[in-house]
Amino acid sequence: MATDHSERLRVFTRALANREESSDAAAGVAGKPHQTKIQVRDMSFYYGTSRALESINIDFPEHYITAIIGPSGCGKSTLLRTLNRMSDLVPHTRIEGQILLDGEDLTAPSVDVVDVRRRVGMVFQRPNPFPKSIYDNLVFGPRLLGMNDRAALDAIVERSLRGAALWDEVKDKLHTSGLALSGGQQQRLCIARAMAIEPEVILMDEPASALDPIATFKIEELMQSLRERYTIIIVTHNMQQAARVSDYTAFMSWQAVAALSYNAPSAERDGSSANVTKSQAGRIIEFGSTRQIFTTPKEKETEDYITGRFG
Amino acid sequence: MTTGSFPQTRGANYRRRKFVNGVMLTLTGVATLLAVFPLVWIISYVVLEGGRFLSLDFFTQLPTPVGVPGGGVANAILGSAMVVGIACVIAMPISLVAAFYVTDHPNTPLGVAVRFGTDVLAGIPSIVMGIFAYTVVVLPQRHFSAFSGGFALAIIMTPIVLRTTEEMLKLVPRNLREGALALGAPEWKTSLQVLLPAALNGVVTGVMLGIARVAGEAAPMIFTAFGNPFFSTDPNQPIATLPHTIYVYAISPYKDWHDKAWTTALVLIAFVLGLNVLARVLTARQAHQWSGN
Repeated sequence: MATDHSERLRVFTRALANREESSDAAAGVAGKPHQTKIQVRDMSFYYGTSRALESINIDFPEHYITAIIGPSGCGKSTLLRTLNRMSDLVPHTRIEGQILLDGEDLTAPSVDVVDVRRRVGMVFQRPNPFPKSIYDNLVFGPRLLGMNDRAALDAIVERSLRGAALWDEVKDKLHTSGLALSGGQQQRLCIARAMAIEPEVILMDEPASALDPIATFKIEELMQSLRERYTIIIVTHNMQQAARVSDYTAFMSWQAVAALSYNAPSAERDGSSANVTKSQAGRIIEFGSTRQIFTTPKEKETEDYITGRFG
Repeated sequence: MTTGSFPQTRGANYRRRKFVNGVMLTLTGVATLLAVFPLVWIISYVVLEGGRFLSLDFFTQLPTPVGVPGGGVANAILGSAMVVGIACVIAMPISLVAAFYVTDHPNTPLGVAVRFGTDVLAGIPSIVMGIFAYTVVVLPQRHFSAFSGGFALAIIMTPIVLRTTEEMLKLVPRNLREGALALGAPEWKTSLQVLLPAALNGVVTGVMLGIARVAGEAAPMIFTAFGNPFFSTDPNQPIATLPHTIYVYAISPYKDWHDKAWTTALVLIAFVLGLNVLARVLTARQAHQWSGN
């Protein structure tokens, strides 16, 4: 057990060390000034009468990548979806507390969710390009904003695709279907599509879990290059991925089993709601720099989880 | 090879099982043939009876009086097209928009009510729709009309188009809708610009199945469109339709009108069958579109 534990820690330290050499140092993360982009204050979230999230307090720093990790069903996706009000899509849900985007409460009734979603973009677990051409996928968002100038749209398409490191692969087939691309390319298309409306924050809900290792690597590489311009919050099941890509990590857990899943096929199919079987709520156990969480966690529960001794 | 290494393949028990299997297989085969037989019989009979008098004139000429050879059902073809067209104009917007609502809100009271209601509506005999249209359109207007016929057919069509469209919209992956909403698209734009194009084949299928169903309705036409031996393009006047023409010709005591009834039936069946086959092809394509992903 003990050797297993230290072995695990060594793996994470190695992952972190590799980061140091490449992106971290180059980007000068350590020297960047700290500013909070999204501030979650005493936020609780309910499905009907059952509480899925309990008193969440967390500050997501601007222009950093924050990873949310934790066991299945602890409310990671739920938390992520409250940040752009995608949580509204499930009927009979309720948010208590505040979520401040640049100091503005985005849970306030007067706030237009459409505005929130334009500022806080989202990338999903499964690539979901529209059954339209690559070009039309990318201009969908800008057109919603009333942009119709052909030259301007062309420029957005090129800029977004370059930003998502997809331009060279698709520049000659912009008018073929987005569904004809490979899974990894589709996911980068979805990232480009989110970037096309120039959001300030990009939420990623396990963006690489449906992809092979090479496609995953490309997404992770892409995230590093996006950090300069966006605040990125990523939910991931893969702890090594969290250690590789993120600057900050939040560890979430729950008290009893709350089997709640957005990604389950049944929830997608019946369209009614996510499956909630227990009323125990997810909480943030620990939040800190990724290095600190993975090398010197303060909470026993965090340590148990990242070393695989959980449960 | 020839050694009977499996003891089960030798005894009386094995022979009995083999025999029972053969009997059952034969029975299912016969039942299957019986199920297809009426279709083949009807089509071949109609082709044999009606095909003899099929000519270009049949599609371009007006009906001739009893005993006068030649003539056609051009007015009924035009009339059917008009009445079905009117039905589409009324039924399509209602059923398509309702289908979006039912798909997006399946468990709301209204969603449940609409789905239950359309199921009941689909089961009501078409002659009742005819009487209904007679009561609410023909009586107040005091005359039969193409419009009242279209109205009756629209009521018959609505549940078919609605339910088929709903099934097709359900095939569209849910995360497509989320993708559009996450880009800040309002719900109506998501439906119109993402879901509808994604399900277009299926929606067209639903409309075609609806048309195929109502194009053959004779009973409601008796109370509404009424029939007309001349060309008419006025939606406010009585109008001839194919199924009603078959009815009139078939119940007449004249041999040459009976022949025309068969030929008219052939034209109608060919049209409906064609639509059904086309709808099948499109549905298969729609299901295929998402299965690979």
